[in-house]
Amino acid sequence: MLVTDGTRARRSGLRELWDSSIGKKIAVAVSGGILVGYVVLHMLGNLNSLYGPGNGDARVDDYAHWLRTFGEPLLPYGFVLWAVRVLLLAALVVHVTGIVQLRARSRAARGGHPARRIGRSFSAATTIVTGSLLLAFIVFHILQFTTLTIDVTPLHEGAVYANLYNAFQKWYFVLLYVLAVGSLGFHLRHGVWSAVQTLGFDSPEKNQAIRRTAGALAVFVVVGFVLVPVLFWTGALSAPDVANTQASITVVAR
Amino acid sequence: MNFTLQIWRQDRPGDSGRYETIEAHEIDAEASFLEMLDQVNERLIAQGSRAVAFDSDCREGICGACSLTIDGLPHGPQQVTTCQTYMRDFRDGQTIRVEPFRNNAFPVMRDLVTDRGALDRIIQSGGYISTSTGPQPEPNAMPVSPEVQTTAMDAAICIGCGACVAACPNGAAMLFTGAKVTHLNSLPQGQAERGDRVRSMVHQMDAEGFGGCTNFGECSLACPQEISIDVIGTLNREYRKAVRDEKKASKKMVAQ
Repeated sequence: MLVTDGTRARRSGLRELWDSSIGKKIAVAVSGGILVGYVVLHMLGNLNSLYGPGNGDARVDDYAHWLRTFGEPLLPYGFVLWAVRVLLLAALVVHVTGIVQLRARSRAARGGHPARRIGRSFSAATTIVTGSLLLAFIVFHILQFTTLTIDVTPLHEGAVYANLYNAFQKWYFVLLYVLAVGSLGFHLRHGVWSAVQTLGFDSPEKNQAIRRTAGALAVFVVVGFVLVPVLFWTGALSAPDVANTQASITVVAR
Repeated sequence: MNFTLQIWRQDRPGDSGRYETIEAHEIDAEASFLEMLDQVNERLIAQGSRAVAFDSDCREGICGACSLTIDGLPHGPQQVTTCQTYMRDFRDGQTIRVEPFRNNAFPVMRDLVTDRGALDRIIQSGGYISTSTGPQPEPNAMPVSPEVQTTAMDAAICIGCGACVAACPNGAAMLFTGAKVTHLNSLPQGQAERGDRVRSMVHQMDAEGFGGCTNFGECSLACPQEISIDVIGTLNREYRKAVRDEKKASKKMVAQ
């Protein structure tokens, strides 16, 4: 490990970044940023369901359809949707791989003597836990509302409002989604300001503001996401008009 | 005051160590933690046992040689070096656990003595500036604004004790490296090696096997010099820019 210029590994660009601890953290921060951007858009999109059943033509159903036709006729049906899915999967793979490797490094560096807690925040201490929970939740969430595999409540492709309404009549789904979104909040609170620090966009005079912004973003995202299951469960959003919904699905499904 | 010490004993590097319980009786409340260990050692030697090995040098809080983790806190309960920690900060009759600074890059040599040469090698890899010899330079040729001076000196205050490494749950040396990079990269004298410095120091830091920062901020809470984790942000920024500029420079060289 002696320092000699001759043996110093001279790599450049992305290879040097991925091989160094700081570079890997940058990769985790950038991929995390992509995921945060998506989460905010997803949350805003979800709010379409607050317009209600809309007499069998729920706004959220139209929104889901629009996501697939977005870019037509220049782009083929579902192209943008799939492009985003591929980007997200790539970001998730980089994010998780980076963290797993960094964590292995850090554990090795401590040499089996864990450090005493002397002042880390709750969200910082639980980032790895909330992250793991979120990963498991994402798998479940895709199996439930995207592939419609976990078909506990009647689920029908294209009938987003009806699917949401039926699923969130079950208290355990509501609880699960609220807990998952809570994890996301804690994950974001530490993750967002941490990413800013890792990318070196911080400065001593801006640090307080950055931390508050990260906290505010976490609250904003949590409230936006939680509204949907809670409003369905409490009955604030009424049941879908079944007959009309069936009719509109046949129109929507191509 | 009387204390029960649970002290890490390890005969040689690589051995598996163990905690040994040693009674420290009739200690003056005004004794520093190291003076308390001195008294314990005198008694151990009188009994014919081996004294507890520990590092110390200036004993006035400026050299960074002392390196004990006291009840899991690097340097002890106050945010000062071990030599500036006094027994009055502990309860009479308290059991105190004393162990070396823990990190794989800091191998234990004996008892509480660790080899912190890894930090020296990080300094060696980039903690220098190039300067030309010859006549004394014109004093006003290199203006340094008070803001830059403050930033540099707030980082330069690092004594290299390694408490940040011992406090870090990830075993990272980024507060140390960040302090050195902030110090030298913000001053005009350090501009010649600016990019090379941060790349070399980060590379050396990784080669030594230190972990990575997760922004817990506990290093800063253990630092006897109260260095802010802002230096880690600076380190990250300098590193990102250095890799980016290196890429640009190598492209330019190919073009020429």
